[in-house]
Amino acid sequence: MNDAGVVGREAAADLSSAAALPAAIELRNINKSFGPVHANRDISLRIEKGSIHGIIGENGAGKSTLMSILYGFYQADSGEIFVDGTQQTIRSPDDAIAAGIGMVHQHFMLVDTFTILENVILGAEGGALLADGLDKAREELARLQREYELEVDPDALVGDIPVGIQQRVEILKALLRGAETLILDEPTGVLTPQEADHLFRILASLRDQGKTIVLITHKLREIMAITQNVTVMRQGRVAANVRTADTSTEQLAELMVGRKVLLRVDKKPATPTDVVLNVDGLRVVDGLGVERVKRVGFNVRAGEIVGIAGVAGNGQSELMEALAGIHRPTAGTIQIGDAQLTPTSFVDARDMREKGLGHVPEDRHRMGLVMPFEANESAILGYHYDRAYNGRILMSRHKIVERTAKLMHDYDVRPDNPHLPSANFSGGNQQKLVVAREMEQNPDLLLVGQPTRGVDIGAIEFIHRRLIEMRDAGKAVLLVSVELDEIMSLADRILVMFDGYIVGEVAQADANEGMLGLMMAGVDPAKQQEAVA
Amino acid sequence: MSSATTRDVPRWVSVVLLPIVNLVAAFLVSGLVILAIGENPLRALAILVNGAFGYQEGIGFTLYFTTNFIYTGLAVAIAFHCGLFNIGGEGQATLGGLGVGLVLLWFDFLPFILILPLAIAAAVVFGGFWGFIPGYLQAKRGSHTVITTIMFNFIAATLMVYLLSQVLIKPGQMSPETREFLPHTWLPFMHEMAAWFGLSLARSPWNASFLIALLAGGFMWVFVWYTRWGYEIRTVGANQAAAVYGGISPSRNIILAMAISGAFAGMLGLNEIMGVNHRILLNFSAGYGFVGIAVSLMGRNHPVGIVLAALLFGALFQGGADLAFEMPKITREMVVVIQGLVILFAGALEYLFWPYLAALFRQKEPVAAPAAAE
Repeated sequence: MNDAGVVGREAAADLSSAAALPAAIELRNINKSFGPVHANRDISLRIEKGSIHGIIGENGAGKSTLMSILYGFYQADSGEIFVDGTQQTIRSPDDAIAAGIGMVHQHFMLVDTFTILENVILGAEGGALLADGLDKAREELARLQREYELEVDPDALVGDIPVGIQQRVEILKALLRGAETLILDEPTGVLTPQEADHLFRILASLRDQGKTIVLITHKLREIMAITQNVTVMRQGRVAANVRTADTSTEQLAELMVGRKVLLRVDKKPATPTDVVLNVDGLRVVDGLGVERVKRVGFNVRAGEIVGIAGVAGNGQSELMEALAGIHRPTAGTIQIGDAQLTPTSFVDARDMREKGLGHVPEDRHRMGLVMPFEANESAILGYHYDRAYNGRILMSRHKIVERTAKLMHDYDVRPDNPHLPSANFSGGNQQKLVVAREMEQNPDLLLVGQPTRGVDIGAIEFIHRRLIEMRDAGKAVLLVSVELDEIMSLADRILVMFDGYIVGEVAQADANEGMLGLMMAGVDPAKQQEAVA
Repeated sequence: MSSATTRDVPRWVSVVLLPIVNLVAAFLVSGLVILAIGENPLRALAILVNGAFGYQEGIGFTLYFTTNFIYTGLAVAIAFHCGLFNIGGEGQATLGGLGVGLVLLWFDFLPFILILPLAIAAAVVFGGFWGFIPGYLQAKRGSHTVITTIMFNFIAATLMVYLLSQVLIKPGQMSPETREFLPHTWLPFMHEMAAWFGLSLARSPWNASFLIALLAGGFMWVFVWYTRWGYEIRTVGANQAAAVYGGISPSRNIILAMAISGAFAGMLGLNEIMGVNHRILLNFSAGYGFVGIAVSLMGRNHPVGIVLAALLFGALFQGGADLAFEMPKITREMVVVIQGLVILFAGALEYLFWPYLAALFRQKEPVAAPAAAE
């Protein structure tokens, strides 16, 4: 494998003298559809050898699909891939590795109970006895460490080392397999700022040694800091290919978000009254021990919709789960109505519902519905102890089915068969069922996470209208969405979350996409005004 | 539905046809084994069926075995609805039997009408406790029930040896057994009950605990599908994240499901101790707890299916015993092989033939669908 890599490199060198400027990777007119979704549309881009190339775009812009095609997880419907000037057919990750392309995934593919050395040779053990392969790999590791500042202890267990080092192991794995081009998918999402800085130093040194790096990210700061060229993707297309030196954060934000027409919802100005939800100094630590919500404080009043904007993974999910009684916070207070909750007096989701909270979870497959259950059984989840559904001892299946049928009729859930398994409904109708269940209890405060993710246009409109109606009926609504359009058209006040903090608050009238986009990338609005002035 | 999923296949194919196909496959392979040892498989089958259903005493024995399998099948099923695998039926049955026996030893001054509810309660409490502990360990400590329940089988077995050899043994005898219970504490045999109504049945160990088993099946059906608690258990079994979202505590329900599971298994003691042996003795659980896994799988974790599957295994046990008696070449161990093959095909390889059956019956769907849409 090693010899082949060397030969390949020499061949590439020959080619480079022949052609004028062979790109490390060149994509021509790549198209990919998943059913009706056109994830990649006519993508053409060129990644120069020995450079760091950034690819940015919103969630769903097609970045990951494109990289999955390059790494052989998916096949393009049409288009061509050139590596070092030669056309390649990449059918599997093995083909990609053979062509000198390595990938570091967002979620690491490591075995916790193996040592670093064992992980590194995984899939390339080289024979039935491990000893030879391990010795060879140990030498190679030592060489790579000297060359690229990639210090690791080969005998440490992967489960015992911090994520920053785990990422280094992933990079070493790719290099050991002869990768000339390294794709990193959102590499700093799990890193602390210090670890991220170290990563960038490693990437720079790899580049200086002639490797090519593709960096997929949504953080504009990183793009500006380390890349030479950047490709901006939007809605499955390439919005721009620019040299980083010739652009600015503002311009990239604008390219990324686009200037498309807003789906504005007709609504009257809000008339907020009493504070229904007050959050103060809230901190939430996730299952891995990472603090995801950091000293967050805000309030929501009756008769208004407060939106939380932000790129997915910046603590919104954990915030919602803490408010909904699903995940216990580590510090801070949550006041709902008259009830004051602290980490010690934290209650479960059922008690939260009794305090007047409704919750449309952001992941309806994981939480909102129980897929094997009949629709009527899913339609009482969280309210199954309600007197309306129960006799003295037994549940009243008759009443449950009857009420579900009514819900389905009122919220236009199709098909309106309460006995159909929940999994058999389309995404939009599943979501309408969840929304119906939560709204029908008439909660004082409704938490809504990603209400229109994976939902068709008709259902989006319906759900938006219902949310406005709730607000106008004097209820408080807290909306989390990664769709800027949705936040901007529905929310009366907009909070922006980044890295677990609330970066700032904007009234709907003052909000514009460029500004929110920058805040979502962690840029302080105050500094931004300085830049404008 | 354009996607080719199980949804496209009529339900009866999975619920009725698949178990039958599995059973036929098991019998075919058994037939080959019987051929290989030089016996006639068809004659063997005839003896087996006749042994199980051909005469009154045989039927009585079949239903006596069936009773045990209903209890252990229900035990596995309720845990399964909570996403748990209880293979501790043996130990829970042992403890249940111990509880029943203690009531019959210590409270035999009471009339039968009071002893019966006490004995049932003891079976439920003792068996349930032996399920509760692994449930608690799973819920609070993350110790997997598959490991803990099987360990608890061994603990129960050795506990019983200790109690019967040191504590409860009838003084002045060698075998580790208690004294016989007073006759008025026994569950009536079916042939005795038939005699009350002037009917004559052949003598067999089939006793009133069969009726209690059917009631237990009915209880499970109502509990799982018509109560909040059953709803919560099923939610936890199907999707723990959704359960937490709905304010349902996974740990509480895991413990509850395991306790009920243990209680069902413990009720096996009613049949063996109170109904048949009339004393506490060793090893009366005799593998019923493990066969309960196959019963539950084959019965699709539904009480009706479990009763039918229990009947099948009861017939195999009784017919198999007759087979070993009638055909000298087919030993007791051969019969176990046949039972093992049924468990293999019905349990472990349950979905072996599923893709073919599904393909066969899916094709008919497009023809039927437009007609239904009209």
